[in-house]
Amino acid sequence: MSADTMTANGDAQIAFYDLDEHDHPEGGSTLLGFWIYLMSDCLIFAMLFATYGVLGHSYAGGPGPRQLFELPLVALNTAMLLFSSITYGFAMLAMNQNKAGQTQLWLFVTALFGIAFLTIELTEFASLIHEGATPQRSAFLSSFFTLVGTHGLHVTFGLIWLFTLMVQIATKGLIPANRRRLMCLSLFWHFLDVIWIGVFTFVYLMGMLR
Amino acid sequence: MSPQFVPISPIFGRFTIASLPLQEPIVVGTFCAVALGGIALVAALTWFKLWGYLWKEWFTSVDHKKIGVMYMVLGLVMLLRGFSDAIMMRAQQAIAFHGSEGYLNAHHYDQVFTAHGVIMIFFVAMPFVTGLMNFVVPLQIGARDVSFPFLNNFSFWMTAGGAVIVMMSLFVGEFARTGWLAYPPLSGVAYSPGVGVDYYIWALQVAGVGTLLSGVNLIATIVKLRAPGMTLMRMPIFTWTALCTNILIVAAFPVLTAVLALLSLDRYVGTDFFTNTLGGNPMMYVNLIWIWGHPEVYILILPLFGVFSEVTSTFSGKRLFGYSSMVYATVVITILSYLVWLHHFFTMGSGASVNSFFGITTMVISIPTGAKLFNWLFTMYRGRIRFDLPMLWTVAFMVTFVIGGMTGVMLAVPPADFVLHNSLFLIAHFHNVIIGGVVFGVFAAINFWFPKAFGFRLDPFWGKISFVCWVSGFWVAFTPLYIMGLMGVTRRLRTFDDPSLQIWFIIAAFGAVLIAIGIGALLIQIAVSILNRDKLRDTTGDPWHGRTLEWSTSSPPPEYNFAFTPIVHDTDAWWDMQERGAVRPTSGFKAIHMPRSTWAGIVLAGLSVALGVAMIWYVWWLAIASFVALLGVAIFHTFNYKRDYHIPAEDVTRVENERTRQLAAEA
Amino acid sequence: MPESASTLRVRTMMRPFMILATSLLLGGCNMVVLNPAGDVAAQQRDLLIIATVLMLLIIVPVIAMIALFAWRYRASNTDANYQPNWDHSTQLELLIWSAPLLIIICLGAVTWVGTHLLDPYRPIERTVAGKPVAPGVKPLEVEVVALDWKWLFIYPEYGFATVNELAAPVDRPIAFKITASSVMNAFYVPALAGMIYAMPSMETRLHAVINKPGDYTGMSANYSGAGFSGMHFHFYGMTDKDFAGWVARNKAAGGTLDRAAYLQLERPSEHVPVQRFAAVEPGLFRAAVNFCVKPGSVCTDAMMRTDAARDSQSNANEHGPMPMPGGHPMPMPGHSPVPQPSPAAKPDTAGLTGADLPRRAAPSAGVALAATASQPRL
Repeated sequence: MSADTMTANGDAQIAFYDLDEHDHPEGGSTLLGFWIYLMSDCLIFAMLFATYGVLGHSYAGGPGPRQLFELPLVALNTAMLLFSSITYGFAMLAMNQNKAGQTQLWLFVTALFGIAFLTIELTEFASLIHEGATPQRSAFLSSFFTLVGTHGLHVTFGLIWLFTLMVQIATKGLIPANRRRLMCLSLFWHFLDVIWIGVFTFVYLMGMLR
Repeated sequence: MSPQFVPISPIFGRFTIASLPLQEPIVVGTFCAVALGGIALVAALTWFKLWGYLWKEWFTSVDHKKIGVMYMVLGLVMLLRGFSDAIMMRAQQAIAFHGSEGYLNAHHYDQVFTAHGVIMIFFVAMPFVTGLMNFVVPLQIGARDVSFPFLNNFSFWMTAGGAVIVMMSLFVGEFARTGWLAYPPLSGVAYSPGVGVDYYIWALQVAGVGTLLSGVNLIATIVKLRAPGMTLMRMPIFTWTALCTNILIVAAFPVLTAVLALLSLDRYVGTDFFTNTLGGNPMMYVNLIWIWGHPEVYILILPLFGVFSEVTSTFSGKRLFGYSSMVYATVVITILSYLVWLHHFFTMGSGASVNSFFGITTMVISIPTGAKLFNWLFTMYRGRIRFDLPMLWTVAFMVTFVIGGMTGVMLAVPPADFVLHNSLFLIAHFHNVIIGGVVFGVFAAINFWFPKAFGFRLDPFWGKISFVCWVSGFWVAFTPLYIMGLMGVTRRLRTFDDPSLQIWFIIAAFGAVLIAIGIGALLIQIAVSILNRDKLRDTTGDPWHGRTLEWSTSSPPPEYNFAFTPIVHDTDAWWDMQERGAVRPTSGFKAIHMPRSTWAGIVLAGLSVALGVAMIWYVWWLAIASFVALLGVAIFHTFNYKRDYHIPAEDVTRVENERTRQLAAEA
Repeated sequence: MPESASTLRVRTMMRPFMILATSLLLGGCNMVVLNPAGDVAAQQRDLLIIATVLMLLIIVPVIAMIALFAWRYRASNTDANYQPNWDHSTQLELLIWSAPLLIIICLGAVTWVGTHLLDPYRPIERTVAGKPVAPGVKPLEVEVVALDWKWLFIYPEYGFATVNELAAPVDRPIAFKITASSVMNAFYVPALAGMIYAMPSMETRLHAVINKPGDYTGMSANYSGAGFSGMHFHFYGMTDKDFAGWVARNKAAGGTLDRAAYLQLERPSEHVPVQRFAAVEPGLFRAAVNFCVKPGSVCTDAMMRTDAARDSQSNANEHGPMPMPGGHPMPMPGHSPVPQPSPAAKPDTAGLTGADLPRRAAPSAGVALAATASQPRL
């Protein structure tokens, strides 16, 4: 900032107006804003975790975690999501090297992993409901389905966003606006990964231990 | 527990002609009045060809000043609705004696007190507070707009959308009959099977999105867009309180969203979070909702603490006493507000240690609050106080609020709370702090910043009438409630057996009438001021000898707020600039980069309302359609990359030259 | 329990204020909260007044200063000292933070002590100040159920029940066990003691004592739906003789409150007149708390024990396949083919008394999270 000399009492050192101002870089606060939003989302998950913590033992005479969870399947699911985070990382690396095609490719791989994750999750839900372990059966199952389902819903919206962005990159290329969006989605995607680690540990692993 | 069976038409859901309250003369009459008024308004707008103007200049505008004004208008309109509910309650309670059922049956009365609470908190106080922050903060920090202007417009329309849903419930179906926090199991589908609680949930969820996003927006704005030189400890105190408020919003509203989502799952899907059976736990709801609810109280009051600071310092012609202790007090209140939620239900039977912990943390909050009060006092000390309307409201606030604070600390002592909880004493207490703090503060702020927004002052005569009626009306209305609280009278009662209480309710009703006159005087004040705007015109941009940057620009400010971004060297930046003889630049203007208006906010919010209403009435096709449309429009909007433009240098020059001429004429 | 010396001193100091406040405020109307008839409510009133007086120590000077400064430094008074740049004073800052702090420290101490002494779960130790409960006296037990929209009072000691009428002999401690049949209510007799929530599938407690004979009002203090306004009852403080007569009257009333009668009574009704049942089916209250009055329904505490057993069994059978208890899932309430005996009188907690009782309704806070989760292990 080069300040000019709109000054007081001949004091040339103090400027009161920025006379040579440049445009603010567009979207300068986007990442900060998105980060704040993510923290608020994190709080929603915190509430759902807390609810699960309180109600997670209330089986109402129905089945508990050990009867329901299939750890190998969930481990596979976890692997899908972790891989998708890695491939998203590759997409970001490609973006930084300005390689639009490669970015798209990695995004597509990420989407495949994401879809695999959702498919496995839905399969699990379907088999639970088939066994009679529906969200209506007990407070434990209500909070389980809500916590895991809310995460799944986030992944679904992440996928919709990801496909939208792929179209936008295809039409507009890696322009600054699209890079910024990729950065935001990156934050979102890794955030979901972190939440899932919490779900995997807190719900599945610790559920099997009790 | 699964939702009760109701016949659901594939087209209209559970809406039938019986959902319209056609047998209720009061509701039909109100509806006719509202409809006539609405038709008259629409006709007038059409006649004067104002639709295009409104759409272009207001509805689609991303200008934070216009959005701020729209929030204030929304708050004012909803104040009228919320206050009608209050008058109805006062009237009912004043006559329901000697075996009389009054004029409201339980079905209506219970809706009225629920709606009164919900509307006053979510659709009056919140829009007022958000509107003030929206209007003032960017100006105070020397910014040209907020960080995310489109999001700002969207947030406003979501808040307005929530208000639309609440208002709909008046004429289509019913509102919740649960009290303003809708505790389960009463609000569960087993005991409230109708649409009322669903109206409540969807109104708050839609408005909540708006509130949350506006919180994100303002935090980013304050962190990122401050004028050069404005370090955190040079921020105007209102901006500080706005920062803390928005942090509270972002850290509290997700809790509300989550807890209401769980309640909706109980109601729609049949889950067992808050049910009496299958492991559900209604106490979870009470805890979670108050984890949002108590910070919400500070979300409402903190910005007004900021307003009182600005007003006291401006009208005392003096720097704010103890700026840094004021900042620390604000931050301490922000943090402590998360550690006190349990004081809303000491009577739930927690252990003595838990109760005392939360009682004592509650009392501890009164220390920073007390420090703030002393800071205002010592700002007045050795000042030269001009008693214009904002300062009058501030003094009334100080006196009223200390009493409210005192009764609050009384309620914080758990054994005392056991005898006062849910009594009229409690009602008197929180009206004492919310009317004495938030409402008085909003009126101080309106009188203070109105000239900045519109270029002319508000008429002081009608303002004083409104002031006197409000302050005296408040005390006449709520002192009887304090007394009746000590007589063991509890809240939300519709009929009474003890005839000796009637006189108190009549006095309280008289107080409500005084407040009604105060509201009337406020509306007259605005009308008279618009008629006499030339006489009340302020051409300087600084009618009160203000201290912060918003007073350095013209009134109303140009679209871009500041032709050149000011550079800040001291806390009271504008005062400092004047002291040191800063000279406003009159040439060398450049093109200014600004955000473009957008239709997306109002359309997305409209679709959200459609989604909410469809869900309330189980109109599943409409719910799916509006959800898909919502998603589609949002995605479509992201393909619009041209969201900004430049105001050409010539335009800036023209506007600024006009201001130069004006200032010269003034001198 | 004898009062601690400090509490006594505070009380002695406060006595003139209390007399003043009481006489001032009682002029026109009957402020039952400030002039109660029960020792618990009286102590709660004392705390209220102590808190008020402590607060007034700072409120009164503040209001005086507001008026003084507003007058003295008005713009038209050009004689007053005007220092536009005076904005800091370390001494004043210290004062404005420490004065409220000191008051809150005092009030905090009073609160901590008072909250523990007046914990509604704590059995009554004195009938009035300086008069401890005689060692042999057992408290009068009353089981309270908030129904839609009336109050059911069960006297297990005498085996009868009443609706919307409650009575107790003066100076004998009363131990209330409180629950609700459908939604939240609050049990409140202002003259007797502070309120406590009545919550479905929860049991809360309240200990109190009435010192003066009389007819007092009781009510639900928490909104519970359409008939809420009519949900009040009479509470009679009686001499021992009158109370014996009242008991006899109830015993003579005839009728039995069995499960069928309870289910009939439970249905929503408004402005219900007083009803009397000479006999009560044993275990009815426990069944009401546990939502299993309806024959064939599973009690929530039984369900919780099953759940808890499931968790501990899981640990035991770490490696084996996990059998469901009883080989099949527990039946849902209302669907069980076999009527389950209510575990009402199970002496789970028989050896414990008063404040040491584990609370089913230990709710709230982060504390609640743990407390609720650990319920099944009681």
